[in-house]
Amino acid sequence: MSPMRSQNQSAARRIAGRLAACAAFLCVPLIGSLSLAEEPAPTEPQAAGAPPQLRRLTESQYRATIADIFGPDMPIVGRFEHGLRAEGLLAVGTSQAGISAFSIEQYDASARGIAAEVVSEKRREQLVPCRPRSENRFDPACAKQFVQHYGPILFRRPLSGEEVKRYVRTAEAAQQRLGDFYQGLQYALAGMLVSPDFLVRIEQVVPDPKQRGQYRLDPYAKATRLSYFLTNSTPDAELLRAAGAGELDTDAGLAQQADRLIASPQFERAVRAFFEDMLEFDTFGELAKDPVIYPAFNSTVALDAEEQTMRTIVALLVTQQGDYRDLFTTRGTYLTRALGTVYRLPVATRNGWESAQYPTASGREGILTNISFLAFYSHPGRSSSTLRGKAIRQVFLCQAIPDPPNNVDFSVVQDSSNTAMPTARIRLEAHRTSPACAGCHRLMDPLGLTLENFDGVGAFRAQENGAPIDASGTFDGKEFQGAQGLGQAIHDSPQTPRCLVDKMYRSAAGRKATPDERPYVDYLNQTFNADSYRVPDLMRAIAVSRSFYAISPPVTDVNTPKRAAVQTRDGDRS
Amino acid sequence: MKKFDRRTVLKGAFGGAAIGVALPFLDVFLNNNGQALAATGQRLPVRFGTWIWGCGHIPERWIPTETGTDYDLPPDLEPLAPYKSQLAIFSGYDVKLDGVANKPHITGCLGLRTGIPVPNESVRAPTIDVLIGEAISTGSRFRSIEVSTSGIDRSYSFRAAGSANPSEISPVKLYQRIFGEGFQDPNAATFKPDPRTMARQSVLSAVAEDRQRLMRSVGADDRRRLEEYFTSIRHLEDQLALQLQPPARVENFTKPDAPPNTPMDSEVSNVMVTHKLMAGLLAKALQCNQTKVINVLLSDTTSNLRRAGSSTTHHTLTHEEPVNPQLGYQEQVGWFAQQSMVAWKDFLDALSGIHEGDGTLLDNCLIFAHSDCSIAKAHAVEGIPMMVAGRAGGRIRTGFHLAGRADPATRVGLTLQQAMGLQVAKWGVQSMETNRTITELMA
Repeated sequence: MSPMRSQNQSAARRIAGRLAACAAFLCVPLIGSLSLAEEPAPTEPQAAGAPPQLRRLTESQYRATIADIFGPDMPIVGRFEHGLRAEGLLAVGTSQAGISAFSIEQYDASARGIAAEVVSEKRREQLVPCRPRSENRFDPACAKQFVQHYGPILFRRPLSGEEVKRYVRTAEAAQQRLGDFYQGLQYALAGMLVSPDFLVRIEQVVPDPKQRGQYRLDPYAKATRLSYFLTNSTPDAELLRAAGAGELDTDAGLAQQADRLIASPQFERAVRAFFEDMLEFDTFGELAKDPVIYPAFNSTVALDAEEQTMRTIVALLVTQQGDYRDLFTTRGTYLTRALGTVYRLPVATRNGWESAQYPTASGREGILTNISFLAFYSHPGRSSSTLRGKAIRQVFLCQAIPDPPNNVDFSVVQDSSNTAMPTARIRLEAHRTSPACAGCHRLMDPLGLTLENFDGVGAFRAQENGAPIDASGTFDGKEFQGAQGLGQAIHDSPQTPRCLVDKMYRSAAGRKATPDERPYVDYLNQTFNADSYRVPDLMRAIAVSRSFYAISPPVTDVNTPKRAAVQTRDGDRS
Repeated sequence: MKKFDRRTVLKGAFGGAAIGVALPFLDVFLNNNGQALAATGQRLPVRFGTWIWGCGHIPERWIPTETGTDYDLPPDLEPLAPYKSQLAIFSGYDVKLDGVANKPHITGCLGLRTGIPVPNESVRAPTIDVLIGEAISTGSRFRSIEVSTSGIDRSYSFRAAGSANPSEISPVKLYQRIFGEGFQDPNAATFKPDPRTMARQSVLSAVAEDRQRLMRSVGADDRRRLEEYFTSIRHLEDQLALQLQPPARVENFTKPDAPPNTPMDSEVSNVMVTHKLMAGLLAKALQCNQTKVINVLLSDTTSNLRRAGSSTTHHTLTHEEPVNPQLGYQEQVGWFAQQSMVAWKDFLDALSGIHEGDGTLLDNCLIFAHSDCSIAKAHAVEGIPMMVAGRAGGRIRTGFHLAGRADPATRVGLTLQQAMGLQVAKWGVQSMETNRTITELMA
């Protein structure tokens, strides 16, 4: 026997040993408590507080901010690094992610593009607040006015005298090199646009006058939290004014600003951004289907599918002020012709959207029967009950499903051309009877299998490989039939609104709720329930609460990482 | 008397705005790192790269039966026959878990790239390409370039947890990034320094002025993240400084044409085209000193490769395909495993197709190829297949197969760092810690 062969065998033995160890490991579901304390009049508990945050702007926040400051038609030429997803949300990843050299290159390209547009002959009349005495000579007064105009709205706070001088100097230096006043302004603005004060929300704290030794958020940091939460964008002039006037430090002043922002057209953008994040649509662009198996799927269908779900969400939750849980049962939807080909529904409108109802006979009800869910949680060439079931648990119920064990022979399970096992249900049965698999698949498959009437792109089918599909399922001990039964079951689960509350708060705060904040999260759940599960009311409850802004006592040792736990958290890049 | 140097020439040039200045190829015009002019007989820079393919191998079709220089090429290594003498094959080296949960397709890959197995993507140390990049990337335009060729935006190059270096997935965008705005043709007849570049420099130094104040105002963990921001700003400043210097001439270099638009997805024939295009662009980028570090992800570690018309992917097949009783292995998985090696050969073709000095670009590179597991079906991290190609400018020897006999995979990573000139005596933690250089690899 050659030494090599014996080495191969010993490696095989070592692997086999590990496999046996893994087979003994049973997946343990991590399901949170479903108990919901009932209290008649929810009141906010004592605020627990957390350290101040340092959060990168997300791509959608960057875009919204630029649009709000310079106009919606301002081009952004740079590209964006894929966001970091943590605790299920990119919004949480923003308080953990670094900034790569690639991102700085791209931010710089965007900054230079925007700055050049702002001072261009086409736009300067509108966007440059003063005229220089001469374009060939430096005009310090106008430069200062320009810096003082854009500085505070870009940095979300007033600039210090030193900062104003620095950017005026930058303008002067650029003019000296390039000879033109507007080019000087252009470079000063480009500098502000790549500054960390713009790209990163760096929260500052000030001593709390009401409690000695305690700190509270600086009013501008408070305005910034409020604004990005309720508009997904930078504080507007009125909010900055209110911050400067100390109005955000009173409950009434804060509520007044929150109500103003919720009533503004920008509020819808925040709701969209939250759900795009929760539904993990940031990777929707990578969705690919095998063109031989699914010829009807193309990039137009993909784009429209994403937008269909967002329109449904905004219409139900914002326009109609509806019950969040109805997202899982509503037959109301929006269609384009491209979508009509997959849904097999007639669409009269030639270009664009029309509101529609899923017919009862379509088997569809709620956003889980949209292409955006069915195709997104499928393989390129077939549907996946497991991926769908896992997504329902993780995305909508906040229940973690562990990774599969290391030793699994799926070969019988999922060979979709296996004629002895024509349907996914029969194939998956093997999973559920194997002890190593059953723990988790028991959680995923009974949910996912109820969507088997929809193939890998979400088109309806009654049969798979010639055999009729059995779409019955169970959830929380209740039996139901098909996608419509599934939607109703998710609608009725007490975990569904609790999960939304959890994710909404994570998104707002940029982190998971701390154990000390459990009473506060319970309070939000009671409020959400009392408000008939209206999402805008939940967002208002967070926005006007003291807990949302509270700062924990400072860490005494400055060298101690204030968020040491970050290193041990899951960091899933999406 | 004032020294006649590059800067005095440039000052003159700026005095008259952007006038084209024809610069003679004198030694005085070399960049300070000075090793780029092969035509003058000077030393060429040594570059480093990693090349990852997903879902491991079929051991009996990949591991040579013989060790040493007379090793044989089993069927899945057969495509690499032309490079047999330029490859070192490492079998039987393990990622030691020390009780850390094995996250399928992640723990093995990041364990051998950082020396520390982790149960998720929160790395506890920078990946090896970043460690090497920090040592050798000074003076090049990009500190590293990452690509992913199967349509998926993934990267296994990490500076820290939460700080990945993102991959380019489009050849067109890769081309624009390297050869678009800001690229200076090293062999252009004239050099025109752009006064706008100097204006941009002063912008960045104004931004960096605030570093101290900001650092003081945040906690330690956020300080690390802000420091990363300022490091990235410094890299941009370095890029601009380079643009104000005439680039060192590069022999045999012509700027490549823009690549065509290609379908960016995971179907193998599309991936092969995308990968070849990107390999060609990266080779050109290395040749003309745009970067010294590259990272290529052929397929995700949970391999997303698929065949047209098939309902399954490479990864799902590893778990689902029955073993063919006649062949004794999973036939379709074998096909994907071999295609991965064909792509690896394409990559080596791109590097060795460029003449440099007395040999080829590949001779001045050190490329580390590896997967995320050995037997994908079991997510086994024992015996993860690894290969080293190139000569690192004569610093390493290749042309052999070495059996690791359950040694930690970090021995390879440690040796590569040492070959690239890093002063490092040991690497890895717990069972992965090693101070044992693979002497067979060192020239």
